[in-house]
Amino acid sequence: MNSTESSWREATAPFWRNNMALAQLLGLCPLLAVTTTLVNGLALGLATAVIVVITSTTMSLLRHVLLPSVRLLFSLLILAALVTALDLFGEASLYDLHERLGLFVPLIVVNSGVLAHAENVASRRGVAFTFLSALSTGLGFLFALTTLGALRELLGSGTLLAGIEMLGGDGAHSLTIDLPFDGMLVAILPPGAFFGMALLLALRNRLSRKAAPTGDAETPR
Amino acid sequence: MASARAHPLVTAVVITAAAFAAYYGVDTVYDWSDDRIAANERARVVARLNSVIEPGLRGRDLTTSLLAVADAELLGSDAPIDVFVLTDRGAPMAAVFATVAPHGYNASISLLIGVSPIGTVTGVRAVRHRETKGLGDAVEAAKSDWILQFDGKALTAPPPELWALDRDEGAFDTISGATVTSRTVVTAVKNTLLYFERHRDELYARAAEAAAAENTQR
Repeated sequence: MNSTESSWREATAPFWRNNMALAQLLGLCPLLAVTTTLVNGLALGLATAVIVVITSTTMSLLRHVLLPSVRLLFSLLILAALVTALDLFGEASLYDLHERLGLFVPLIVVNSGVLAHAENVASRRGVAFTFLSALSTGLGFLFALTTLGALRELLGSGTLLAGIEMLGGDGAHSLTIDLPFDGMLVAILPPGAFFGMALLLALRNRLSRKAAPTGDAETPR
Repeated sequence: MASARAHPLVTAVVITAAAFAAYYGVDTVYDWSDDRIAANERARVVARLNSVIEPGLRGRDLTTSLLAVADAELLGSDAPIDVFVLTDRGAPMAAVFATVAPHGYNASISLLIGVSPIGTVTGVRAVRHRETKGLGDAVEAAKSDWILQFDGKALTAPPPELWALDRDEGAFDTISGATVTSRTVVTAVKNTLLYFERHRDELYARAAEAAAAENTQR
């Protein structure tokens, strides 16, 4: 019971305690570049989550039949195939959104957080643990992307969920919230990405310090 | 560690199998998406053409002929640009230039400029640009109405010497904070009208020829 509980804790750590973007500071390039709106962040977060779950689970399934020296190569093969397929699917079904995200969907192939998970977790742990851990990693990254996207869109454009119809069809358009102010431009410019990120990091550090005042090894620097 | 026991041959077989699986997987998705992507691109072109032609022409069954024309001086690019000539049973209806404003702030700006047969602008849209977010991106119709001020303008109205920004003593508003962007767009629209004026008959003759060629093929 106790060991189940601790491995549950460990498998879900990537969502918050060991969050890919907010604690490990991995995958920041797409994080900072696409989060000008909530919808952009949501779309890239979903894509990344799907990719990390499939890749890591496959790597875990095959961990006994792969030599350690080809593991990275193999992850890249799976990633490249998945990402190409996902990119084509996006271009076929979500054309406008695909155009907005541009290069950042193909770039998931070299997302360091995804690779790190396939290498560190999937090569050592069982399928169930890896699946759960990959899901937490993906959802954690999705959480970071959507939070930063929402923050920047809110401050920078004074809207929330603008462009949701690109993801959810024309009916979803009414979900867009238009606030009665135009926003501060700096929030959607590249510097705003860093300011927003800094705010999130500070908030996260404060929350985790409160939760673990003794400061265990896994709390971020 | 269990993985240390993996035999190299097993690994080789797994990788080969995975490579084939990846190939067929991507190939299947490609076959599925190919037509859809092409349809999306066509729909995008039609939607964009519709945004710059006269509202009354939208949705009418017009013959669209795609021509390539080159004029480094007036069309902003050394390479040939696309011109869509819309005709209705041979009668000229509109011409849409996929032209380039070469001197944007960061890079050239791709424009779609609709011109009526008598040489008035029916619409201008920035199709692709890399102008500064929050300043120069006001060339997008989605961001501001600035680009709509060209509707109904012609080389005679305003007169040629007023085809400039208000700050250059011309007749056109400037996007605040993006003078460079505004200036190159005004110049591009004016140059396109000049090109149209000089080549109108030639364009419509070529379009009629292209349409006739297509009809005989059928």
